[in-house]
Amino acid sequence: MKLNLKIWRQQDSESKGGFENYVIDDITPDMSFLEMMDVLNQKLIYENIDPISFDHDCREGICGSCSLFINGRAHGPDKGITTCQLHMRKFKDGDSIVIEPFRAKSFPIIKDLVVDRSAFDRIQHSGGYISINTSGNTQDANTTPIRKEDADNAFDAATCIGCGACVATCKNASAMLYVSAKVSQFSYLPQGKVEAKERVLNMVKQMDDEGFGNCTNTGACEVECPKGISIKNIARMNREFYKAKI
Amino acid sequence: MSLISIFKSSIGKKLLMALSGIFLVVFLTQHFLINITSVFSEEIFNFLSHFMGNNPIVQFILQPILIFGVIFHFVMGFYLEIINRKSRGANYSRYAGGDNAPWISRNMIFSGGVVLLFLILHFYDFWVPEMNYKYIEFRPEDPNRYYEELIHKFESPVRTSIYSVSFIFLALHLLHGFSSSFKTIGVDSKYYKPIKSLTFIFSILIPFGFIFIAVFHNIMH
Ligand code: HEM
Ligand code: FES
Repeated sequence: MKLNLKIWRQQDSESKGGFENYVIDDITPDMSFLEMMDVLNQKLIYENIDPISFDHDCREGICGSCSLFINGRAHGPDKGITTCQLHMRKFKDGDSIVIEPFRAKSFPIIKDLVVDRSAFDRIQHSGGYISINTSGNTQDANTTPIRKEDADNAFDAATCIGCGACVATCKNASAMLYVSAKVSQFSYLPQGKVEAKERVLNMVKQMDDEGFGNCTNTGACEVECPKGISIKNIARMNREFYKAKI
Repeated sequence: MSLISIFKSSIGKKLLMALSGIFLVVFLTQHFLINITSVFSEEIFNFLSHFMGNNPIVQFILQPILIFGVIFHFVMGFYLEIINRKSRGANYSRYAGGDNAPWISRNMIFSGGVVLLFLILHFYDFWVPEMNYKYIEFRPEDPNRYYEELIHKFESPVRTSIYSVSFIFLALHLLHGFSSSFKTIGVDSKYYKPIKSLTFIFSILIPFGFIFIAVFHNIMH
């Protein structure tokens, strides 16, 4: 396959950055998108050009590192996948592909396609945990009966890998899907009820302080979420938030 | 925790948007129910309009609340739009918004903006003459003037067309806004199906009902 790539290059967080065009032609449909980037980078290294920085780690859709906004979509065309799970068979020979970093004021660019998503970590630190004594005297989890439906909902929310696709795709750069998943994964369970109030208040406050936008229920986030986290978590978080405030 | 502190948060601002939206929906329903009587009974329409125009509770309590509600809703709408645009930082060079969210949900500020332009015209058409009649010229009250004034307005095909197009935008605004407001106030997802149906019925029935009234009077008189 031969492809025309238009890729965002930016030296560091302070530089202005801009698009560069690259033509690449030894790509097979079986390659993953990141492998295509590897091939391009190898070529750039041989040509003595600074290779393109992009985030990746597990390359199997579980770590949430890989980002990229490809042809106007977070993680490219196709639903329910990360960029490392995107394959070149989704494109045609001769296609033009625009590759940009995830863009949000709260996700500043570090270099090229790499953005700083530590705002998510700070939100998580502000309340995304339960304070349970785990020093050798933990109770067997099965002794606390939990409704199957609640357990399932908590588990579904917990599948969030914090990749930031929801923020990247939302027209408001809102982080509400992420935060609501992190709130729900605990609030459905009895262990999470104890600190429910502080959790939702602190996490929402941190989210606002980081400068994320405001949800307008367009639903774009749940479509792009590689883990299929449902927007119903946002309504649930709103509810928890009001309860905690009253 | 003080209740006011809710509204300092992003969720709280969104809640105000939803509550003011729902308030306007209630007002719209009431307005429609009164207007539709003009299609079948001049007397009932005159009676209701006279009541609404002269009852002190409606005039001096409900009307200011309504005006406040409208202004609050669109000012907050513009404010949130600006905040949300700023949250993006630099814009994408390619953004396929239509691939994952419907047009109506991404263009609330546009559909709302058209409704706002309409509201300005509507105020100029009905509210300004009404205030002038009652509180500036102090003309004697005539309980039978409302119907005549109404049909006179819709004699103009231009006005009738502007009204009709504006109501289509109101329908688009409500098709997203109505159901969205319930999500914002935190209604459980098990009610999403009936809310979706209700959104569709309301958003089509009320705006197209208003269009029907305008076109009816345009054709009949
Ligand atoms: C004056 C012109 C108007 C403007 C500028 C305006 C603007 C907006 C904006 C920007 C939103 C939020 C966008 C979103 O949630 O996706 C919104 C939401 C809404 N609007 Fe309006 N609007 C106007 C008039 C109206 C009217 C006349 C009604 C009803 C009769 C209405 C009902 C609603 C509802 C129900 C919502 C949903 C709130 C929510 O999403 O939580 N709006 N409007
Ligand atoms: S690299 Fe881990 S999810 Fe893509």
